[in-house]
Order: sequence, then structure tokens, then C-alpha cells
Amino acid sequence: MNSLVIAITLFILALLIGVEVIGKVPATLHTPLMSGANSIHGIVIVGVVIIAAEAHSPLSYVLIFLAAILGTMNVVGGYVVTDRMLEMFKSSKPDKDAKASKDDEEAGK
Amino acid sequence: MNALDIITWFVYLLSAVMFVMGLHFMNSPKTARMGNRVSAVGMVIAVAMAFIHLFATGFTSSMAIILLVAGILIGALAGVYSAEKVKMTDMPQLVSIFNTVGGGAAALVALNDILTSEGSPTLVVLITAGLGVVIGSITFTGSLVAAGKLQGIGLVKNLKLPAKAVWNVAFALLTVISLVMLCLNPERRMLWALLTALFALGYGLVFVIPIGGADMPVVISVLNACTGTAVAMNGLAIDNVALIVAGALVGAAGATLSVLMAEAMNRPLLSVLAGGFGGSSSADAQDQGAQGTMRETTPDDVAVQLVYADKVIFVPGFGLAQAQAQRELADLGELLKGRGVEVSYAIHPVAGRMPGHMNVLLAEANVPYEELVDLDEINPQFPSANVSLVVGANDVTNPAARRPGTAVSGMPILDVDKSQNVVVLKRGRGKGYAGIENELYFNPNTQMLFNDAKASLQAIIAAVKELIA
Repeated sequence: MNSLVIAITLFILALLIGVEVIGKVPATLHTPLMSGANSIHGIVIVGVVIIAAEAHSPLSYVLIFLAAILGTMNVVGGYVVTDRMLEMFKSSKPDKDAKASKDDEEAGK
Repeated sequence: MNALDIITWFVYLLSAVMFVMGLHFMNSPKTARMGNRVSAVGMVIAVAMAFIHLFATGFTSSMAIILLVAGILIGALAGVYSAEKVKMTDMPQLVSIFNTVGGGAAALVALNDILTSEGSPTLVVLITAGLGVVIGSITFTGSLVAAGKLQGIGLVKNLKLPAKAVWNVAFALLTVISLVMLCLNPERRMLWALLTALFALGYGLVFVIPIGGADMPVVISVLNACTGTAVAMNGLAIDNVALIVAGALVGAAGATLSVLMAEAMNRPLLSVLAGGFGGSSSADAQDQGAQGTMRETTPDDVAVQLVYADKVIFVPGFGLAQAQAQRELADLGELLKGRGVEVSYAIHPVAGRMPGHMNVLLAEANVPYEELVDLDEINPQFPSANVSLVVGANDVTNPAARRPGTAVSGMPILDVDKSQNVVVLKRGRGKGYAGIENELYFNPNTQMLFNDAKASLQAIIAAVKELIA
């Protein structure tokens, strides 16, 4: 009971933080934001690992196997494609950005 | 709580903090890429901790662990493959597919919580996991249909649902009843949990099938919020801080974007979800008396106007993406900038098939993000623009939105008609999604160039080059 109360509190506070943080994201980045947020809900994979510890029936084997495939596809694909998109967003002032050495390579191409 | 549990708790908390920071860094294109990586590292840490905890505390069956790891490897390969292959125009479909699998995974985990626990699950688990099953299943089929519609798969696109309201109410009721029965009869949980999942899957179908293709930005956002909520419900069921916080963050993100999109389309969120621009708007579309003559122009004439302008605003719409002409538009922009013309891109919030889609498409064509300007910022600039070049955008430029009684009334529009000259590149004389004539086209300062956007732009580029040379 006690832990549920705490859990619900966490849920509500996290919702508020989410609304606050998301509200500051410019419209330009809404697609990467959505696909990035999309990969975050792949955290369900942690849930899959946790239930796998107690799995002992064929039914749960099937559920775990399928959930692992779907959840990982969600996480990995989501982060990769978001990175691919964000890589394309370039400034018109490459000189400024190029000052950081790690950006040099990108400015080159 | 033993030491390991406490460490695990704080590591999950750390990854939750990294998700928040990752989203926070998305507030600027400069830091967004790093933000995404911070978030990804948070994910790796959380999953690694889950495995450490698993091996430290032991597990019941090696078979389950082998299947778990095999599933993760297969999923990772499938994820990377699809993420690397996808074209930027197809991004909405891919995000929908990722949402489909995420919702599916959430539903499966919740199902597992209910079905395979030792003894009878507590009421709290039944309720939270039950909600996880419901929301996850709705997202699964709903996102799948959305992806099919976005991909333009004929079979899915042409699906019709007569008496959609009846189906929606029926499936919603059946889902709720099964869920209540599940909570009341935990001893027959196998039956009721599967029925709950089944009806929720059905509800996902009848919920998305009637919604039109252009409403997809809203639908994708809503479904994204659903998956987040389903994951958070799972977190409540298994009492895991990482799932609760991450799920809530995604839920908030999806909900915020849904509201923004619905506002940009000038329609209450609920009316979008209830399905269809259909009925009501076609009835009051009688008002559409936009008549007159459209003035046609030639690529050479457009080139002259552009080259001798001081300030040009491009107004890209989804027609640009359909014609795959982003690069041509960017090339034209570069040419004009080379002549000292001030060029900017006016981006309406619903240009494209998901929130912010047009920005990604133009970024891919190497347009610097500073030149992509939001609705609120660009509108005051139109009166000072010598030429506005509208490419494949329609309803979002219709001045009829400013007066009441039309299908687009109240919709926030780009004030293209206030610029000194307007050139519209358009495939044909067809109407926009709202099904009404665009009054902009009949304005005295508007000229039309009818052709495929790509062909038109190429012709204009050729003419501009000739002029400059």
C-alpha cells in the first residue's frame, strides 16, 4: 500500500516535469522529440528483464520472448533514427559550431 | 530493502534523471543530438542494471533468460535495420511502427504480470496491469493502422467503418466490462485478461480506422502518449521507478504535442479523435463562394520576380514532400541567397504528417534551421516580403479561415496573402483536405504555376540561373 502511494506520487510529479520540459521544445524539433520520447517508452524492456527472473511456464516464455523483441526494436530503432534526424539539423553559421573539435568532422562534410 | 535493491533503485533513478535531461536538451537544435545520446545512455544504464540485478538475485529458469537475450538481439537488429533504411518522408510511419511494438511490449509485460504470478495477484496489480493491457493493446492495433494509412497501403487506407460510433462505444464498453470482471474474478483471470486484451485490440482498430490521413499528426501524438501511460501502469504493477517516470514523461510529451497539433488544426482534440472532418464540414462548406479567375504564370516570370526581390518567403506544405522536391527548393533558396535575397521558410505546425515533419525534411535538404520560421514569428514578416512562394501547401494559407462559417474558420493560417506578390506552385486545380477552394488563389496579387512541384522548381531554377548568368 505504502509503496503504491509513493509510486503514484512519482507518476504525477514525472507527468508535471514532462509537460514543463516538453513545452520548451521548439516546433522545429517536434519530430525528433516525438521519436526520442518514443524510444524512452522502450524502458519497458527493463520490465521484461524483471519478469524474466520469475518466469517458469511456457506461456511466460512466449510472452517474454515476444516482448523482448518488440521492446528492444522500439528502444534501439528509436534512438538510432532520432540521432539520424538530429544529425541533419545544421546551423547556417558552421564556423561557430566548428570550434568544438568533435564537430570539425561534421562541418567538413 | 537490501543493499542491492537500494543501489538498483538509485541507478533507475539516475536513468530517469537522464531521460529528463535528454528531453531538456531537446530545447535547442544545438544540444538536441547530445540530449538524445544522454537519454540513450540512461537507457543502457537502466537495462544493464536490470541484468545485474537479475544475475545477482538469481532466476527460476535458464530457458527464460536465453529467450530474453535472443529476443533482445533480434529486436536490436530489427530496430537498427529499419532506422537506417527509412526515408525521411516515411518517418511518421516508422515512428508509428516503433510505437506499435512499444505498445505491444507493454501489453505483453502487463499480461504476464496478471497471468503467471504465483497465486492470485493483488487488486492493485490487477488494476494497474489490467490498464497496461488495455492501453498497450489499443496502441498496438491503433498505431499499426495509423502506420498503414501513412504508408498509403491501399487496403488500410480504403477501410471504411460504417456506424463508427456504434463500434467505438461497443468495443469501449466490452473492454471496460472485461477489465472490471478481471478485477472482480481473479480466479478466472486467464479468461478475462485475454478477453480484455482482445476487446482492447478491437477498440484500437475501430478507433483509428475512421480517422482521416491528414489528422495523423494528432493521432500519432495521442497513441504515443498512450504507450507512455501503458508503460507507467506496468511500472506501478511491478513497482519500478524507471518505468513509472519514463512512462509518465512520454505520456506528458504525447499529450502536450497532441494538444498543440489539435490547436494548430483548429479542432478540438476530441473531435479529431471522434473521427472525420467528414459530415459536419461538408455540410457547411456551402459558404464556399470563392470564385473568380486564377492568374497563371510561367517559370521565367517567377524567376524574374524572385531574383529581383529583397525578401522571399517559401511556404512548403506536404505537397512538396510528396513530390520529393525538398532539395530543389533548398537549391533555389541557395541561389537566391547568393544574389543577396533574404530567404526564409514559413513552417506551419501541421505541414507534414507528424509534428515538426517539414523541419526534418528541409533539414535533410541542408536548409539551416535558423531559416525555418514558426507560424507566430513569420506572420508579421509577410507584408514586407516581395514574393511568397507557396509549394504544395493549401488549407493552411486560406484567408477564409479568418472569417466564420467556413470549414477552415479559426484555423491558424500563414498570412501569405499579405505579401506583395504570391506565387503558388500547385499540381492541379484540386481542393485541399478541407474540401474547399482556397481564396488565396483568386487574389489579384496571386499567380499560379500548375505542375508537379519538382518540375516547376527545376524550371524556375533553370530560369534563375539563366538570368544570373
